[in-house]
Amino acid sequence: MSTYDRSMALTGQPPVMLSRNQKIATLVGMFGLAVILLAAFNINFPNKSLWLTISLVSITGGAVWYSWDAYMHKAPGIKNDGVWFKSLSSQGFWGWIAGIALTGFYIVLYFYPEYLGLVAKGDNKGVIGLFDPLSKALSGNPASQWFVYGTLYTVAILAFGIKFLWKYRHNRYERIRTFSVMFFQTAFAFIIPELMARLNGSSLLNGGSLPYYDLKNMWPLNYYNFEGYRIKGFLSSGDIGFAMLIFGIATIFIISPVLTYKFGKRWYCSWVCGCGGLAETAGDPFRHLSDKTVKAWNIERWVIHSVVVFVTLMTTAVIYSYLGNDTSKYWLTKSSFLIGVAVLLTAVFVWVMLFKREQFKKDAIYGAIGYFVIIIALIGFHFYSGDGNVFLFKSGTLRKSYSFLIGSIFSGVIGTGFYPVLGNRVWCRFGCPMAAILGFQQRLFSKFRITTNGGQCISCGNCSTYCEMGIDVRAYAQKGENIVRSSCVGCGICSAVCPRGVLKLENGPLKGRIDSNQVLLGNDVDLMKLVNQK
Amino acid sequence: MENIVIIGNGIAGVTAARHIRKLSDKRIIIISAETDYFFSRTALMYVYMGHMKFEHIQPYENWFWEKNGIELVRGYVTHVDTPNKQVLVDGSRAFHYHKLIIATGSKPNKFGWPGQDLHGVQGLYSKQDLDLLETNAPNKEACKRAVIVGGGLIGIELAEMLRSRDIPVTFLVRETSFWNGVLPEGESQLINEHIREHHIDLQLATNLVEIIPDENGKVKAVTTDKGDTIACDMVGLTAGVTPNIDFLKASGIEFGRGVKVNRYLETNVADVYAIGDCAEQHEAIGNRRPIEAVWYTGRMMGETVAQTICGNRIEYRPGHWFNSAKFLDIEYQTYGWVFSERGKKEFEQHFHWRDDKENLCVTIAFHKETKQFLGINTFGIRMRHEIFDRWLTQQRDVEYVMEHLADANFDPEFYANYEHKIVSKFNSDFGKSIKSKKKSIKRIFQIS
Repeated sequence: MSTYDRSMALTGQPPVMLSRNQKIATLVGMFGLAVILLAAFNINFPNKSLWLTISLVSITGGAVWYSWDAYMHKAPGIKNDGVWFKSLSSQGFWGWIAGIALTGFYIVLYFYPEYLGLVAKGDNKGVIGLFDPLSKALSGNPASQWFVYGTLYTVAILAFGIKFLWKYRHNRYERIRTFSVMFFQTAFAFIIPELMARLNGSSLLNGGSLPYYDLKNMWPLNYYNFEGYRIKGFLSSGDIGFAMLIFGIATIFIISPVLTYKFGKRWYCSWVCGCGGLAETAGDPFRHLSDKTVKAWNIERWVIHSVVVFVTLMTTAVIYSYLGNDTSKYWLTKSSFLIGVAVLLTAVFVWVMLFKREQFKKDAIYGAIGYFVIIIALIGFHFYSGDGNVFLFKSGTLRKSYSFLIGSIFSGVIGTGFYPVLGNRVWCRFGCPMAAILGFQQRLFSKFRITTNGGQCISCGNCSTYCEMGIDVRAYAQKGENIVRSSCVGCGICSAVCPRGVLKLENGPLKGRIDSNQVLLGNDVDLMKLVNQK
Repeated sequence: MENIVIIGNGIAGVTAARHIRKLSDKRIIIISAETDYFFSRTALMYVYMGHMKFEHIQPYENWFWEKNGIELVRGYVTHVDTPNKQVLVDGSRAFHYHKLIIATGSKPNKFGWPGQDLHGVQGLYSKQDLDLLETNAPNKEACKRAVIVGGGLIGIELAEMLRSRDIPVTFLVRETSFWNGVLPEGESQLINEHIREHHIDLQLATNLVEIIPDENGKVKAVTTDKGDTIACDMVGLTAGVTPNIDFLKASGIEFGRGVKVNRYLETNVADVYAIGDCAEQHEAIGNRRPIEAVWYTGRMMGETVAQTICGNRIEYRPGHWFNSAKFLDIEYQTYGWVFSERGKKEFEQHFHWRDDKENLCVTIAFHKETKQFLGINTFGIRMRHEIFDRWLTQQRDVEYVMEHLADANFDPEFYANYEHKIVSKFNSDFGKSIKSKKKSIKRIFQIS
């Protein structure tokens, strides 16, 4: 076996030392984190606004200063030098420490917010208390653990977004895309919902209560969007609330399919989405850690599609649970809703099986048939069983297990906590039902693909290595085949790192998009015809 | 069942094996002394630079070979016994073949420089060379300066590699300007400047005289024909490559610099073929050289020979020439033929454009009289292979190319476009009034 062995010697390693600037920058950033950590140990800071500002500014400043020193004295261009030699970015000691620390933070955040200082009745203490002034300034309410998280999340996207902008400053696609995720996180995910909460109950809304709504977050990512309390919230807020409900439905059935048709799922996953935003900025140093083996791909396909099925069942059950039976009150009853869902799913299934079947491998077809039969059987079950239990379970049980398993453990604890171990898109790749649905659309009827430039590929493997979604881009490129994969989020890094300029994200014609000619130009055309005869 | 033995697991040999497998169920044995599994040679530099680990530059997972019935043998072929149709590995194991494909690639050139075999002196071609580089130049403390001799693609890659570990580099180039035997002057100039931007001590028109050892037989310094002595801990010899065919001496297979092959890639011995870097055409094909040590030609020959071996005897007919490389941060692509000042044909006229701010330039070659488009070199702008292949086949004239240049652009979305600048320079150079057309998806993808 040829293995690339790592020397244990103290000399003989490439330079991974920090420069003086980087050391000071690390110190500044760590000071900011230390303030938060001290707050976590219930040190009460006298002037919270001041200390919170100091903390956030030094975290941001430290990160920005560090990256300025790392990139600004180098010529613009791909600079991945030493990525695999650094402990933090190559699953080494510091990588594991970072992974464990992040995971620990997520566990506390999701399940033990009291340790962060959340007080149910009365004033917050600790870290959450530290964030109270900012929260009050924005929404008028005291902070929650989610506000703390949201603030740190936004700070991370902004600070590391600046780093990303410098690292890829030669690449306009990457720059514009990063501005976009920074904007959507700051405005749509962070500030606007807080301001909307401030409008709660005002006369403007006739005394209704507008749910906290991150408008760019659509079902099934916000799997709770059609739960009873939210629907009530929407409907009690007059026209605005009703418009938001309609918008929520439109995002699923109109807006996202249209945009995905035109631009691929990237319009969402790497231009708008907050999860993607964090992955692309703070997660960028870990993008090469995603597993590219065929085995990982097989696991990915089964897990992510199972999550979609799960979320569909769960949402159906939840909506079902608060609908009535009386047709005279409202046209949408339990039965009509379930029939509607069954018809919709059948229509999608039949359409795919009739027109797009040849685009799937056998196991995908079996999987689709299996899932379809299960869903329809479960829906059918309703008509033979009494009320209360839909799909053999109580809707509450389904909802709770989804939000625990997928909503917290998967998307937070594993998805982000494992960045330094499994790569930065673990959640997007294996768990996000939204990514799966958009991916389905992308695979079947989008104009988007990654075009391969004729015969210019040298199979170097930069594209595959730096694909955060674990796609073996090279496998396609070296055959001269267009890359149409449902998991591709269109981050554009494969194209950026390609030393021969072979890859291009492109919205082209639908015809010949999948499994295109596979022409390796340069050879005699007749010969290539022969080679292509399978 | 036929035994196909392939010597060499580079791009040529492996492509041949894959295509033979596609077309038949013959027994396929690949013998290599270099590595267990196929890897992308052109990507070796990224392993040293820390962009990838060695396993990342292996295009196929390790189970691929067994699954596809391709047997891999690790060993050095010492003799090819053509009368008995056997190859001898490591002087002991014998493999019988029905058809033999020689795909052993190249080795770095050494021109008899004094001291060329000292410790710390090496080429850069094989996996072993990479391992050696890790020993010779692990970091800037162990290697206080490196000297690179030879101004080609491997030389600049080696310089980039060493610079990624902050090792000071002196680059000795025999020519008066970098790679100007291949590149037209303006482009060569651009690269000279870019090399210096990366703090590489580029010494043009300078030859290596001697490599001086220290008391341990390790390199201490080099002297140049300019009279300089340059202290260094490592010397990279990158003055081109030669076919790696020494083991064929007693085999009866005819060779010149490389293994002589006809257009069917057959050698003078029946059932023995040669492909890739080590194959030499009796007569050059078109403007190509008889030996082409290029990734893409290795791949094309592999495809061709697989057809022949599987019963569809077919001539090796490479289409329009193309190639690409990356000079530090500048990507380079070429389609068709653009010759340097030295190699220029008498009918060949050049149009050269260089951006006044960015590291971008384009040279287009065309026929003086007929205005037929002959080829393009592009630096810092990606171009679409398919389009130029089409235009070359259709024998478009240079004005058509100018007009439709936007169709050929392959840069990522939102990149700045330079077609207008290029065309207006063309217009002023040649007194034309061509207007560049907007990019058309219909034309690019030939949708009517």
